[in-house]
Amino acid sequence: MHQPNSRPLADTLLKETASQTAGPYVHIGLALELAGLPPRDEEIGPRLAGDGAKGEHIDLVGRVIDGNGDTVRDALLEAWQADADGEYQCQFDLAAPFNSFGRSAATAENDGEWRFATLKPGAVALADGRRMAPHVNLAIFARGINIQLQTRLYFDDEEAANAACPILNAIESVTRRQTLIATRETREGRPCYRFDIRLQGEGETVFFDF
Amino acid sequence: MSGREAFTWQAVVVGENGAIDELERPMPHNDDTRFVPRDHNWHPPAHAPGYKTSVARSPRQALVSLVAPTRSELAGPDFTSLRLGPHDNDLLLNFREDPALAGTAGLPIGERILLFGRVVDQFGKPVPQTLVEMWQANAGGRYRHKKDRYLAPLDPNFGGVGRCLSDADGWYRFRTIKPGPYPWPNDVNSWRPAHIHVSVMGPSISTRLITQMYFEGDPLIPLCPIVNTLRDPEAVATMTGRLDMARSRSMDCLAYRFDLVVRGAVQTYFENQG
Ligand SMILES: [Fe+2]
Repeated sequence: MHQPNSRPLADTLLKETASQTAGPYVHIGLALELAGLPPRDEEIGPRLAGDGAKGEHIDLVGRVIDGNGDTVRDALLEAWQADADGEYQCQFDLAAPFNSFGRSAATAENDGEWRFATLKPGAVALADGRRMAPHVNLAIFARGINIQLQTRLYFDDEEAANAACPILNAIESVTRRQTLIATRETREGRPCYRFDIRLQGEGETVFFDF
Repeated sequence: MSGREAFTWQAVVVGENGAIDELERPMPHNDDTRFVPRDHNWHPPAHAPGYKTSVARSPRQALVSLVAPTRSELAGPDFTSLRLGPHDNDLLLNFREDPALAGTAGLPIGERILLFGRVVDQFGKPVPQTLVEMWQANAGGRYRHKKDRYLAPLDPNFGGVGRCLSDADGWYRFRTIKPGPYPWPNDVNSWRPAHIHVSVMGPSISTRLITQMYFEGDPLIPLCPIVNTLRDPEAVATMTGRLDMARSRSMDCLAYRFDLVVRGAVQTYFENQG
């Protein structure tokens, strides 16, 4: 039995298991079809919103670009976003019209362009009642990335909400805030937001620690 | 779903023998939870020049710290409704060339092992019903991935992927074969120690973690540039699966125990009442 209060808290806290790169073959484990493996009964994929989901249906697309300006062709992305009402649907259920979580990948086959089929999220409320501008949390895993990089995608047609977003405003560099704004385009008649992620150098995307 | 009501909920899961267990479990993703901050001196740095690919794929700017993470960071997906197949955690059976085969016919080549462990948080609290995924090379060190061109052959009966949910006490397990080491382009002659990639979600996207499990005693571990992205030998120890003779099965398989520790959830009842 340990004597209460006899040692500092830090000694009683376990260390987190250390992170390692997901490596070049991450798709085998987390995006089977992209590795050339048959899918199992249910897979976590890039479609967050099905036909019946309420809200504006959109695509999110982009590339991951390294410090040399080259497109990364072996990245895996995880998206996490609220529904059109600004609520997270935490219970992942492929039978539901919308899921807050999804996975996509940039590979040689899609020329390094990842894509999510989703809907435009609503503004998410903070505990104090303020609202964040609509956004999608993205995590990037790849060979050469030792611990996942975490960023947020915002929307360029939400100027007023973006200007008031407490998280965007927490980024000290006003210039760097712009690296989180996706640009609206139309592709095959469907609204689409482009968001290129620059890992290093000029226009380097803001990555968060939280 | 908001605040306190979301704190506990009921989930029904079908146990191993078909029994239905009712679990009441904490849902830490609410406004009263934070996570112990990540120790970036413990994890590998983004820029670790001995691992050459990290050089051009590492940010040069500092991470932007969110001192008050929001629901967007504190919440996370719950996979208890994801339908898992009966052999999703059994790599000896989940890629049989001919599914009609039975018994020992059509099993993969390699040392049969059990990989098991417990998912806990930094306070030692079990993390139940969380998604644990893994992938690995076959016994010859070859991945069943269209990009892997290593000269070791594919095994027709081995896919190399598994997943399961941890149980009510945080335990998970897989049955598989021990993967082989493989060469890779980094230094002129770099080899990966035998390893299994392990991915865990935990209760929040803040606890999301991908790591690799190495096998206790492998002489390639200290030579590996990816292992050596870590600066603290203790951190390497957290990634080492331990031979467990008590769980090994006589005339069947060895067992390796690999516990996963995810960030600790801290209740912050007083912080939002300013
Ligand atoms: Fe590997």
